[in-house]
Amino acid sequence: MTTLILRTASVYLMPLLLLFSVFILLRGHFLPGGGFVGGLIASIALVVYGYANGINQIKSFLRFHPGVLIPTGVSLALISGLLPMFAGKPFMTSLWLDGIYPIIGQPGTALIFDTGVYFVVVGTALTIIFSIAEDNEK
Amino acid sequence: MLTAIVLCFAFALVFTLFGKHLRGRITYLISLLPLSLFIYFLGLQNSLSSGGEILSTYPWISSLGIDLSFRLDGLSQIFTLIITGIGFTVFLYAAEYLRGHPFLDRFYGYLLMFMGSMLGLVLSDNLITLFIFWELTSISSFFLIGFNHRDQKARKAALTALVITGGGGLFMLLGFVLMGMVSGTYSISEIVLMKSLFSDSIYLGLIVLALFAGAFTKSAQFPFHFWLPDAMRAPTPISTYLHSATMVKAGVYLLARFSPLFDGEIYWNEALILFGTITFIYGAAQSIFKTDLKAILAYTTIAALGTMVMLIGIGTSTAIYALLVFICVHALYKAGLFLVVGSIDKICGTRDITKIRGLRKNSVVLFVAALLAAISSAGLIPTIGYHGKHLIYGSVIESGAWGIGLLVLTIAASILLLCAGFLVGLKPFIGSVSPKVPRHKHTPPAMWITPLLLGLTGLGMGIFYRAPQELLFLPALESLHGDIVSKQMHLWSGVDTLFWLSWGTILGGVLLYVFFRPSHEYSKRDKKFEKFHSRYLLEQGVINVKRIFSFLTHVLQNGYLRYYTAVILTFHIVLISLRMYTGFENGYEFEFALDFTFNELATIIVMVVSILLAVFTTSRVVAVASLGGVGLCICLLFVYFSAPDLAMTQFTIDTLTVVLFVLLLKKLPLYLSKVDTGVNWRDLIISCTFGLLVTIITLEILFTGSVKEISNFYAENAYLLAKGKNVVNVILVDFRGVDTLIEITVLAVSGLGVFSLIRLKMGIDRER
Repeated sequence: MTTLILRTASVYLMPLLLLFSVFILLRGHFLPGGGFVGGLIASIALVVYGYANGINQIKSFLRFHPGVLIPTGVSLALISGLLPMFAGKPFMTSLWLDGIYPIIGQPGTALIFDTGVYFVVVGTALTIIFSIAEDNEK
Repeated sequence: MLTAIVLCFAFALVFTLFGKHLRGRITYLISLLPLSLFIYFLGLQNSLSSGGEILSTYPWISSLGIDLSFRLDGLSQIFTLIITGIGFTVFLYAAEYLRGHPFLDRFYGYLLMFMGSMLGLVLSDNLITLFIFWELTSISSFFLIGFNHRDQKARKAALTALVITGGGGLFMLLGFVLMGMVSGTYSISEIVLMKSLFSDSIYLGLIVLALFAGAFTKSAQFPFHFWLPDAMRAPTPISTYLHSATMVKAGVYLLARFSPLFDGEIYWNEALILFGTITFIYGAAQSIFKTDLKAILAYTTIAALGTMVMLIGIGTSTAIYALLVFICVHALYKAGLFLVVGSIDKICGTRDITKIRGLRKNSVVLFVAALLAAISSAGLIPTIGYHGKHLIYGSVIESGAWGIGLLVLTIAASILLLCAGFLVGLKPFIGSVSPKVPRHKHTPPAMWITPLLLGLTGLGMGIFYRAPQELLFLPALESLHGDIVSKQMHLWSGVDTLFWLSWGTILGGVLLYVFFRPSHEYSKRDKKFEKFHSRYLLEQGVINVKRIFSFLTHVLQNGYLRYYTAVILTFHIVLISLRMYTGFENGYEFEFALDFTFNELATIIVMVVSILLAVFTTSRVVAVASLGGVGLCICLLFVYFSAPDLAMTQFTIDTLTVVLFVLLLKKLPLYLSKVDTGVNWRDLIISCTFGLLVTIITLEILFTGSVKEISNFYAENAYLLAKGKNVVNVILVDFRGVDTLIEITVLAVSGLGVFSLIRLKMGIDRER
């Protein structure tokens, strides 16, 4: 399935899409976007690259198994929920930094939580797709 | 106090994850944790005198009335000291007992997890957190009983214990929720003050029953006792700690904690006395006929737990006082005996009582430790056991109408238990040396110091009884039972009834011991009655439940995805139709339907065409592509109705779904080749009905005066409370963050599930 056009395009598309997914993740709190969509976009970026250049290429690009992202994401979300408990507030109370920044809005624990969602989505989507693809290749 | 509990869990995590390097003498250092906790709780003692208490609350889910609130009062203090004190000796002992074991790290991880949850259990002032810690102790007990996981019997024993204690715990949760409903709070310290409220409640009988279900299963009361002897498959330090000194007393703790509330209500006292008496007679009678030293101890533990339950049933201040002292007495001597048995097992390689004689030649100190525990169990002066026995007799005599009968039974059981204590603590050490006993084998210090320490503590508390009485037992009594007890501990109270009863028991027990010969014959006799045993009933029940569910699984989950979808949809159709049958508004106005733009109309037409194409095509690729088209049309609709978040998500999801389909295309069977018309008609009916229902629901949402408060709340407060302008995102990550947390966990689990299923399949393929 490796066509020249897709292969050439994917080289440029993947970094752009990955950057875009991070952008979507960051702006989620003020504008349309968020961890879930961001994660999906990132998965699409990597899957397109994988399609064009083969699963092994994407594996060597990632250097680790995408499944690693799943527990990372869940723990990140959990930690963001636990953080306020150290400040003596109930579980999952949001903590905020002062000041409003472009794109992000006001940063707080919600952003960490959303990043966790992002990782879980990327990890799960890629794990499922790569597992099936590997099974096919055999 | 939260710090103490969190510390245990934190260390548990560290050991389970990174404990691989835990070898050699470093393991001794772990016992510093329970020791320091012991000192910490001892240091809090001053604020507890004269019925004081220490409270600390950390908000958790305050909106549901569930907080991490902890309360240390006299009763909890007795338990915390036992948990940390016995914990210290057990940690120390296990370092030697399991030296070099490949899973030592895991062992300490589970043990610390248990200690943390047990501390949490006795310190919780909130019913729900109490329940959570309660089940955590069951779970850690499951891991610890099944620690020798290659032994099939150990695994089975672990599962039995989990089913019995965990199941009982679920019933207890029911009782807790009812208590919360009746009183309007989950705070235990507030609930125990609402006696009049509860005695008028119609739920009282049910609440008490549910509490009994929890307490009786956990504390191994007849007929739920059988998991405890099975649990002796665990390594001996575990049996010492969980199954004699601490965890099995959790049920007793629960009953004692609520005894001020339910004492004198309906069947509380009668039921407790009845079950307690049956249990202690049964346990005592079984104990002396066993030949495995640990089995003897297991049944004496059951008997002791029965005695405690009976004392709560009697419920006078003397009885509660006797209970508090006896909890301590039992923890000290039974833990001592268990540790001694563990050492015997290590030295001789067997625990068969008929094969071990003359062990004193090998280790005199171990003999002394065993003897100290045995005489405390016999209630000989001047050990703490002596005080315990006196107080029990004293409270049984006072127990009114039941008095004489109970007294006779208690004495009979005490005679049997005394004999059992000597069988473990004396018999293996005396007599001529049997071939099983090695003459010169070095016993590591940790294996005799720890039981000796416990024995000496018992002896010391017996002689210098005033200090524990003033500092520990009386404050505990005060926290439970307002008035001060009249009968206190005395080393010498003159030649009275108690004196004669006590010496009579000792004489009877010694005579029984002298004339009784343990033998394997008795266990054969037991086999005849197997079918009447509650274990048999449980096993049959489990087998039948399995049958029912494997039948249901075969029917409902036959492995065809299309069939799953059909079942799920049909189920929903039935549910929703039932609801619609009872109450729905009719009469919609469809004028709004004429109000559309050209773009919307065009999108709808494309969508309908794609659907028809997907249904009638004979090529799978076309079907997938047209379904993708439907998805994109929905995206467009989201865009028209200004829901960019939804549109983005839908778009990306659709893309990934198409990718997945393409990947799987090769694997799928040939399209539409074997489908008959009957199936087609069935699917058509199901899908059309479901579509109709969804349409009706959508119309209902449009026309019933929908509840706008929730969406208004989110819209108004998204920026004020959550500092976000994108309401959808704010709801996801903030207002309903816990939901999202659970959802991503589900996502993670499903991802891992797919991964492992495919790996499993690949492995099977490779083997072929």
